[in-house]
Amino acid sequence: MTKLDINLNVNGETYPIKVEARRTLADALRDDCGLTGTHLGCEHGVCGACTVLVDDQPVRACLGFAVQFEGSQIRTVEGLADGDELHPLQQAFWDHHGLQCGFCTPGFLMLAVAVLEKNPDIDDGELRRALASNLCRCTGYQNIVKAVRAAAGAMKR
Amino acid sequence: MSHIGQRLRRIEDPPLLKGAARFAADISFDGQLHMRVVRSPIAFGRLLGVEVADALAAPGVAAVWTGRDVADIPPIDFRQVRLPGLASYRQPILAADHVRYVGEPLAVVLAEDAYLAEDAANLVFAEIEEFEPVRRATDAMGEFAPGLSSEAAIVHKGYGDLEAAFAAAHDIVELRLSLGRHSGVPLETRGAVACYDAALDLLEIHGAAKIPHLNRDALAKMLGRPSERIQLYEGHVGGGFGIRGELYPEDVLVALAALRLGRPIKWIEDRKEHLTAANHARDQTHLIRAAVDARGFVLAIDDEFWADQGAYVRTHAATVADLTAALLPGPYMVPAYRAAGHIRLTNKTPAGTYRAPGRFEGCFVCERLMDAIARRLDLDPVAVRRINLIPPERMPFERHTDALGTDVVYDSGAYERLLDRLLDHVQYDELRVQTEARRANGERVGIGLGMFVEKSGLGPFDDVELILHEDGGIEVVTGAASLGQGIETSIAQICADGLGARPLDITVTHGQTDRIGRGMGAFASRVTVMTGSAVHQAAGEMKEQLLQAASDMLQTPAGRLAIEAGVIGIIDRPQGPSLTLGEVVRGDAAFKSVTATFNSEHMTYPYGAHLVVAAIDPETAAVKIERYVVAYDVGRAVNPLLIEGQIAGGIAQGIGGALFEEFVYDDLAQPLAANLADYLMPTLAEMPGFEILLSEDAPSPINPLGVKGAGEGGITAAGAAIAGAVDDALGGTGDIDCLPITPTRLHDMLAGNIMPNR
Ligand code: FES
Ligand code: FES
Repeated sequence: MTKLDINLNVNGETYPIKVEARRTLADALRDDCGLTGTHLGCEHGVCGACTVLVDDQPVRACLGFAVQFEGSQIRTVEGLADGDELHPLQQAFWDHHGLQCGFCTPGFLMLAVAVLEKNPDIDDGELRRALASNLCRCTGYQNIVKAVRAAAGAMKR
Repeated sequence: MSHIGQRLRRIEDPPLLKGAARFAADISFDGQLHMRVVRSPIAFGRLLGVEVADALAAPGVAAVWTGRDVADIPPIDFRQVRLPGLASYRQPILAADHVRYVGEPLAVVLAEDAYLAEDAANLVFAEIEEFEPVRRATDAMGEFAPGLSSEAAIVHKGYGDLEAAFAAAHDIVELRLSLGRHSGVPLETRGAVACYDAALDLLEIHGAAKIPHLNRDALAKMLGRPSERIQLYEGHVGGGFGIRGELYPEDVLVALAALRLGRPIKWIEDRKEHLTAANHARDQTHLIRAAVDARGFVLAIDDEFWADQGAYVRTHAATVADLTAALLPGPYMVPAYRAAGHIRLTNKTPAGTYRAPGRFEGCFVCERLMDAIARRLDLDPVAVRRINLIPPERMPFERHTDALGTDVVYDSGAYERLLDRLLDHVQYDELRVQTEARRANGERVGIGLGMFVEKSGLGPFDDVELILHEDGGIEVVTGAASLGQGIETSIAQICADGLGARPLDITVTHGQTDRIGRGMGAFASRVTVMTGSAVHQAAGEMKEQLLQAASDMLQTPAGRLAIEAGVIGIIDRPQGPSLTLGEVVRGDAAFKSVTATFNSEHMTYPYGAHLVVAAIDPETAAVKIERYVVAYDVGRAVNPLLIEGQIAGGIAQGIGGALFEEFVYDDLAQPLAANLADYLMPTLAEMPGFEILLSEDAPSPINPLGVKGAGEGGITAAGAAIAGAVDDALGGTGDIDCLPITPTRLHDMLAGNIMPNR
């Protein structure tokens, strides 16, 4: 199959890559850009482990093709921390034991970033509804909710 | 300051938070080939031939193998609880003459890229003569192979005078109960990456989990290589729950391909494959009879059960049936007992262990029985449990069964005290009154209770090496493994206390077969107990050595020195001379690392209770869990934050297994739940708030720390307590006799149809 030259803009950097039209955004990020922080838990749009931000909207990277995302600003988990300084959400997940195996964590972090950037004053019901879009098999979710709640406060400051 | 008992946040988290972790799929080698497995679309049949020519001719394909190409490789062997006769039911790494479940590997394609491998796999065609599948363990027995019955073995356990007890009984209560098929379903699918270095004659395998040393030895045997020529490396692992890390056909194929083709081989499973090929679990039907006296005291239990093993007997052999039978009586006296468990082969995905294997099942059965006894004798369900509990003065309590090759001896426990703590917390009497009032008002709401004894800390041994590096860093090397449960932090806390160091100066190396000679891995909630105890020993020895060395350097008797926060100083002389641990090692050429071994012949038994309040939606027949309380005694809590995390995760999985998750099959044994839209794992929307009451009433007398494992108690009684609550909501009819309790089943029941019991 023919490969196409495209540029992906990820975390503010340009990645010139060569991909088949059928290559998913998730595979392009992981294998062509070397950003393996975005995980694949199902490859059919249910688990949310692959959540990245595209122009600040949460998107399941397993459900799109890389070629569709030229010209978009993509954000992944690798872009959250500022050097050694963790993003408030990363810090809160750490402090509140919001992860065990950590496989779902990048997806939850990106989902929560999108949710809180859009509405830092989100109420509990809405927050729970939003976070119910991703799966975690380890934590039982309670600490994830606690962490996002705590980060909401920190991000407003 | 003691670090044990602190709610320390985890030392392993930073790379996971930053997207810098290394899960199996994150590992790649230059020149690697990708493996794609071709799987049987048919549940049962004779394999007449596999057509591979088109696949071989497809772009980027390096090799295609079928069963013929790997006929020299023996089937995958058992690693525990072997029973005579089971060996004939082991799984070959590629189907040879028969296919026995949908999803069984029958060929592999090796190609330059994962997409090309998948393209070519679609061109492989298997010709199969279809047979009628065996769909259930309770169906009439069939044949696994000509002359080989579908009943692989029967597990027997028992003690006491059963016949006398039944003869003397005031009443006999009999139930038929069943549990559906579900499994661990970690969020990371399986994967392996192998690489052969011909110059060193060394095969490296990445993506190992759970039991790297045991798998290395098993692979060595299968591939006919010395163990030391194979090294396994555990990276980050996205959840285990019993199913991940066992040796599966795909792991062997990856290793074999790396050896034969001389190129690195990468295999990452997709989710559909995972749901049809990785171990399933549960799926048992029990016929239980109990002889009781007028007070509801159980004189004897007689249980016969049928375990649906699926198509092959895998690495666990008879483990699940063994544990089910050995531990079913739970926290109750039960003076006479008999269990017979039929391990039956069917044409479904092979089954193995999943978090609380055998106990989730046994607890469901035993606790439904307790409720049924209460109903029959018109007693309060709590009162029935109370008079049956083993009293603390009977500890240690010999159960007179054996599990995983060890005699079951409950080492310590104050069961009634835990029950009282739970009842006080929920103000049980008041809760009962409120619930009854709501029911009188037309609501379908109820309370369910499940009590259990867990097991943990399986031996026989664990080794650790403790190394003090010149920069003052302390490294614990262990043959245990991490599946995301936080063992690095707990081990660091134990080590810090033993040594007088700071947890943040400690690193824990696990799952690397080239770093330590032997290791048992991580299963059966064994790591905190076994590895923790070995670390405690090693740290004590290293402390002695440090104090001796520092004594020379500081010209002070060792007895007057103390180590605190990684600094050795003179007791009562805070301004006096001091040394860091790094300075001692740098100053003492003879300073050695310490190795220690902890041996244990017995497991240690934590215990707990779950209480659930649940309501049934009158419109949709969905069950809403209003309240979920777990009381759990772990002897001594190394890190309560992590233990509560383990319990919370267990509760979520338990709710899944009780209400949502089920591997459903149709009449041709085709799987109907092969993606995450059909296999329903709980999301946040299905989660109630949890209340967790952690206690330390009964430290274990059989290890130096007093700890018991905490990995499984969050799930053990979930099926029991939720079923009890739903049953109570329906007026305590006893109709809830199978899991999962799906809205469809409940709706049928409410509409007046009988709940179909399998
Ligand atoms: S991997 Fe994209 S939603 Fe699961
Ligand atoms: S932490 Fe393991 S899946 Fe969420």
